[in-house]
Amino acid sequence: MSVSEDQVAEAMYAMIKEYHGKRNLKALDLSKAMIEKFGEEECDKKFCKKAIRQLIDSGRCTYSYVGGSYIVLPPDSPDAR
Amino acid sequence: MVEKLRDTPKIDELMKGPWPSFVKEIKLSAKLSGRAGERANDLLGVLERSYNDKIGHWKHGGIVGVMGYGGGVIGRYNDLPEEFPKVAHFHTVRVNQPSGWFYKTDVLRKICDLWEKHGSGVTNMHGSTGDIILLGCATEDLEPVFADLTEMGFDLGGSGSDVRTPSACCGMARCEWACYDTMGACHDITQTFQDELHRPAFPYKYKFKFAGCPNDCVASVARSDMSIIGTWRDDIQMDAAAVSEYAQSGKFDMQADVVGRCPTGCMSWDGQKLAIDNRNCVKCMHCINAMPKALAPGRDRGATVLLGSKAPIVGGALLSSVMVPFLKMEPPYEDLKELAEAIWDLWGEHGKNRERVGEFIQRIGMSNFLEQIGLDPIPEMVIQPRTNPYIFFETEEEE
Repeated sequence: MSVSEDQVAEAMYAMIKEYHGKRNLKALDLSKAMIEKFGEEECDKKFCKKAIRQLIDSGRCTYSYVGGSYIVLPPDSPDAR
Repeated sequence: MVEKLRDTPKIDELMKGPWPSFVKEIKLSAKLSGRAGERANDLLGVLERSYNDKIGHWKHGGIVGVMGYGGGVIGRYNDLPEEFPKVAHFHTVRVNQPSGWFYKTDVLRKICDLWEKHGSGVTNMHGSTGDIILLGCATEDLEPVFADLTEMGFDLGGSGSDVRTPSACCGMARCEWACYDTMGACHDITQTFQDELHRPAFPYKYKFKFAGCPNDCVASVARSDMSIIGTWRDDIQMDAAAVSEYAQSGKFDMQADVVGRCPTGCMSWDGQKLAIDNRNCVKCMHCINAMPKALAPGRDRGATVLLGSKAPIVGGALLSSVMVPFLKMEPPYEDLKELAEAIWDLWGEHGKNRERVGEFIQRIGMSNFLEQIGLDPIPEMVIQPRTNPYIFFETEEEE
């Protein structure tokens, strides 16, 4: 794969930032968007899972529960303001 | 210890009578020293206030949890934080229980000590999910609770749109009817799907429950998206001498109480000999439960895998439908895991937000669902005769 996990994580982060305050995104929304962006051969569901894990474990994103589970920016993130 | 317990005349009424009272338990917790006592005392205050106002004063959800996990903590906040500051945050912590709910007493003491130190001293043992439920944690105490729990060998359970903590009956550990090792299967599935358990990625929750026999002591057919219920495919084992003993004991009427209650009428009794037409047995367990010394499940044992039940939270309640009538349940349970993953792929892709897999099947139709996950339809999957008179055949079938 020529696309790296970091690249996918960054693209996901950009999407979460763009939609912050407008629409909550689920893990699957991010995966679908990344597969469409990079192509399934370069970025499959398992790869997306790893990228999400990177975002969560690093603390750049967090899970939120609003009727369903979503991936959001932490409230204290500069990008969330 | 708090100086004075909250004045609670209304909820004190719930301590009267011969039954156990949760109010009494919370009052005992309110006498604990430190934060646990303070929280339990404010909890009493909120509860009394709710009875006066005739509304609940709790809200839930939001961003709360431990680092890296998307489940295991359910955010709870009260809407009167100035009045009840000690329970402004009163989060629920779900702890993954051991298979079959077996504990050594010293472990239970440690969990209780931990919860008096970090929480409110109030627990649910166990919640309807099966987890150990620790009630009443402030946001700043979550990481210390998690650290202490993991040091004891425990982990958080599931919550939100993820695999919920799988649960199992005590199975072969304490029950002669277990048709497979429920505790082993539950543990294996829990370990295999750690990522799915801790990092929510589904449209909604997905529950596994492992029942060792059709008695279904964990109510899996009604309470889990994927019900794995022990069964057998050969004949019921019978000890004819023991059957005669039961018949002569005078404790029950063999014809009325056993044979007459067989749902498919597959049994007959001529006054001396019990006969079972095993091809028509639907494994209801009634005769086996009535005469446990005389009858037992067959020797060729495994499980039936069913899908789609749920309790009535968002939509109405559903019961599970048969997916696989018989599966040998042997480690590493690859067939079961492959089936679960195929279901998640389809439901994850096309399921609506907060749509359980049973509701998803209802929406797209069982035939479409089966085709997509690669299972062939079989008679056991038919829940009821069709009521739609229009029958469409595939073109190739017509030819």
